[in-house]
Amino acid sequence: MSGSYRAPRLTLAVGDRDHSQGAPDAPLVLVEYGDYQCPYCGAAYPQVKRVQKELGTSLRFIFRNFPITNAHPQAEWAAETAEAAAAQGRFWEVHDFLFENQRFLGNPSYFSAYESKIKLDARKITEEIERHSFLPRIKEDFESGVRSGVNGTPTFFINGTRYDGAPEAAPIVAALKRAGKGSRESGER
Amino acid sequence: MAKSAEGKSTILKAGAKAPHFTLHTTPDQSVSLKDFVGRPVVLAFYPADWSPVCSDQMGLYAQLMPEFKKFEAEILGVSVDGIWSHLAFSKDRKLNFPLLADFEPKGAVSRLYGVYEDRTGESARALFVIDKKGVIRWSYLSPDGVNPGADGILSALEGLD
Repeated sequence: MSGSYRAPRLTLAVGDRDHSQGAPDAPLVLVEYGDYQCPYCGAAYPQVKRVQKELGTSLRFIFRNFPITNAHPQAEWAAETAEAAAAQGRFWEVHDFLFENQRFLGNPSYFSAYESKIKLDARKITEEIERHSFLPRIKEDFESGVRSGVNGTPTFFINGTRYDGAPEAAPIVAALKRAGKGSRESGER
Repeated sequence: MAKSAEGKSTILKAGAKAPHFTLHTTPDQSVSLKDFVGRPVVLAFYPADWSPVCSDQMGLYAQLMPEFKKFEAEILGVSVDGIWSHLAFSKDRKLNFPLLADFEPKGAVSRLYGVYEDRTGESARALFVIDKKGVIRWSYLSPDGVNPGADGILSALEGLD
C-alpha cells in the first residue's frame, strides 16, 4: 500500500454510555482505551492528568475498557471493579485508585477497604463482580476498540482520530491543540 | 520478489495468488500455506519478537482468537526471528497461534510477499487475508512504527464468500 496514511477513527461515538470528565460540549475530546493492569497505562495515567490540568475546561476525557486478559489476569477484575463503582456514581475515584495501586491488583481486599473508606457499598461491588454484571459493557468497550483500530494499550483518540504519538503529556497536548485549530478552520466541532 | 521501478519491494495486492511457503514453527514442526486450503488464512508479518510494548500486535491477535475462529480463519505470525526466539516469545505473551520463522534463507517469504525491509533486515508490519482457495483478498502495509491492529483483518474476513 502507498499513498497518504489515514489513522483509524472511532467507530463508537462518544455518548451518554461513556465515563467522562469535563464539559460535554468541550471542543477537545480525548478518549483512552486502557487496561488497569497494563504498566504502560499506569505510566500514561499521570500524563493524562497533566493534559487535563493544562487544557482545563476545553477538554473532555473519556475512558473505555480494553482489558488484555491473556497477558493480564487481573485486568478484567479491575475493569469490573471500576464499572461496579460507576453504578454507584463513583467511577473516577476508583479508576484513579486502581491505576495508583496497580501493584496491589490480585489483592481484592485492598480495594474493598478503599471502597468502604470512601463510603461505597463494597459488598455490592464484590457481588456484581462475581456475577459479572458489567462484563457485557466491558466487552462492548473492547469490541468498539478492536473495530476502531485499537492495537494495544493505552490507545488514545483525539476528536475521534487515533493518536499514534507517544503516550506523554506534551505531545498529546500538542496534538489536541492542533486538532482544535483544525476543527475551527474547517468549521466543525 | 515483487519490486517497483525504484527497486523498493511492493506488497502483493488483492487478487494475487498467495505464494506458497513452508516455514518452521518449532525445531521439528513446519507449517505450509497449503495445510490450510479450504480455510481463510491471516498472515501477519511483523518486524521482531520482543517489541517493547505490552499487549502488542501479536498479543492482541491472541486475545481476538475467538473472533477469528468465527470465520474459521487461521492466523500465522511471521518474522525473521529464529524458532527459539519465537518459542520464548510465544510462551511469554501466551500466544495461541503459530509464529513462523522466516529465518533461513533470511526473509525469503517476506520478500515473496513484497514486505521485506532491506534497510532494517526485518519484515515490515504487513497483513494479508488469504481466502480458502489461496488467493489474497486483502493486504495492508502499515506505516513505520504504527501497529495496525485488527479492524482491517476483521472487515476483510467479513467480506469473504
